[in-house]
Amino acid sequence: MTQIEEPLRWLPESPKRGATHASHGLAREGQPRIDHERATHAQGATRLPGPPLWLLLELTYRCPLHCVFCYNPTELARISEELTTADWIRVLREARALGAVQLGLSGGEPLARDDLEQIVAEAHALGFYTNLITSGVGLTEQRIAALKKAGLDHIQLSFQDSTREMNDFLSSTRTFELKSKVAALIRQHDYPMVLNVVLHRLNIDHVGEILDMAERMGAQYVELANTQYYGWAWLNRDRLMPTRAQLERAEETTRRFRERVGGRMRVFFVVPDYFETRPKACMNGLGSVFLTVAPDGLALPCHAARMLPGLELPNVRDSSVADIWYRSRAFERFRGDAWMKEPCRSCPQKTRDFGGCRCQAYLLTGDPDNADPVCDLSPHHDLVVAAVARAEAAGHAPPASTDQPAAAKPPIERPLIFRDHRTSIPLSSG
Amino acid sequence: MNEVSTDARPRVGKGFRLQWEPAQDAHVLLYPEGMVKLNRTAAAILSRCDGRRTVVEIVSDLETTYGATGLEKDVVAFMSTALSRNWLEIGG
Repeated sequence: MTQIEEPLRWLPESPKRGATHASHGLAREGQPRIDHERATHAQGATRLPGPPLWLLLELTYRCPLHCVFCYNPTELARISEELTTADWIRVLREARALGAVQLGLSGGEPLARDDLEQIVAEAHALGFYTNLITSGVGLTEQRIAALKKAGLDHIQLSFQDSTREMNDFLSSTRTFELKSKVAALIRQHDYPMVLNVVLHRLNIDHVGEILDMAERMGAQYVELANTQYYGWAWLNRDRLMPTRAQLERAEETTRRFRERVGGRMRVFFVVPDYFETRPKACMNGLGSVFLTVAPDGLALPCHAARMLPGLELPNVRDSSVADIWYRSRAFERFRGDAWMKEPCRSCPQKTRDFGGCRCQAYLLTGDPDNADPVCDLSPHHDLVVAAVARAEAAGHAPPASTDQPAAAKPPIERPLIFRDHRTSIPLSSG
Repeated sequence: MNEVSTDARPRVGKGFRLQWEPAQDAHVLLYPEGMVKLNRTAAAILSRCDGRRTVVEIVSDLETTYGATGLEKDVVAFMSTALSRNWLEIGG
């Protein structure tokens, strides 16, 4: 939490409410960036947490793309019954009444819902700041005009499909034309042009070309976000993780690009957390500011939390948002620090990183109460070190060039698993 | 940092929205995927930045409203900070 360097105060403040400041600029995809007076549950169990300031609606898992790094659940074939328009609108009203203020509309591809404009209009009327997170597939002139009219505040255009699309992109073929067209529409409708590109071993050597393309497209903000390993990305982790050398080259290229373009474009580079020694403050602590509602109505304290064992996740079909946020066991589960094990529990860092990511702790160690093994104080940190070492060993294949698509030269034998309904079926049992 | 001149007519920056949030008992400034929670002083200044009034007029209004004098230097300093963060824009 950053205090605004507030030069004057002639008005008294309400107790414990100073001016607080959100962290800069863009969010990594789906990650909340609202910073606020942190929910008070850390200090006393009897006090209510703050409101769910950030509401993310994953309107559908349907998506025209097949990204290997998608964080959506691999069992999405099993999740078919989507909420109705009326359900979503009820969720918006209830969450707004609690104080939710930032709204992310995501998926899947949210444009696959033909009621997106209706949902945006309702959200806008309620006072949400509305953010659309889209691949741009399906964003026609007609739809963007309707979304603008409905009050949509912001569009983040993502590069989603890793290998096929990236190769298209780098060779300026169909996808680039589609994205450029969408980018032009976004600018015409007076939105800032914000581009999100997910990086991994197969495209990270092209960061220079990616940034040049983004510049030609008129992007004002570019987020280069390294893959986070959940869902489909977890299945493909060993194929997607870059080597340290790749990462350093990409950062250097980004630094030089920033120097060249100056203030015309802002470029954010999100390092993959496996290369760090302290974990990310995932969701600012589960149940603190962030609420996701999945296409089937499941309410999640983070968009990957469906995987966590024994959480008994509530559903907006049968509980109110207030009951879910303030009274459900699932949202209470990771509040405060009583759930923590050592070394987190007695660690001074716990107020800053909240023990890191619960899903990562579960995926790597089998126990969601463990410290995120990204932390080098975790007794399981060797698992992360080993994963990075495997990436190093597999990364000896020569860097891909634009005329030799990276996808055509898999550095190791195991095939990439593309996010797909059909592939999902065998992953949906159990 | 650019100093704001006293005849400028600042307004809330494009892509930013200032609104009152009862749940937070505060004004907030919303922007893509983020939020700044404002203290009352900051809110009093920003809510007067409508692109029509000059800095001089805003200072005078603030001094009248809050029964204070000599606020100009502080208000200009705050506006300069706000300008550098794109909370405010000038011109057009």
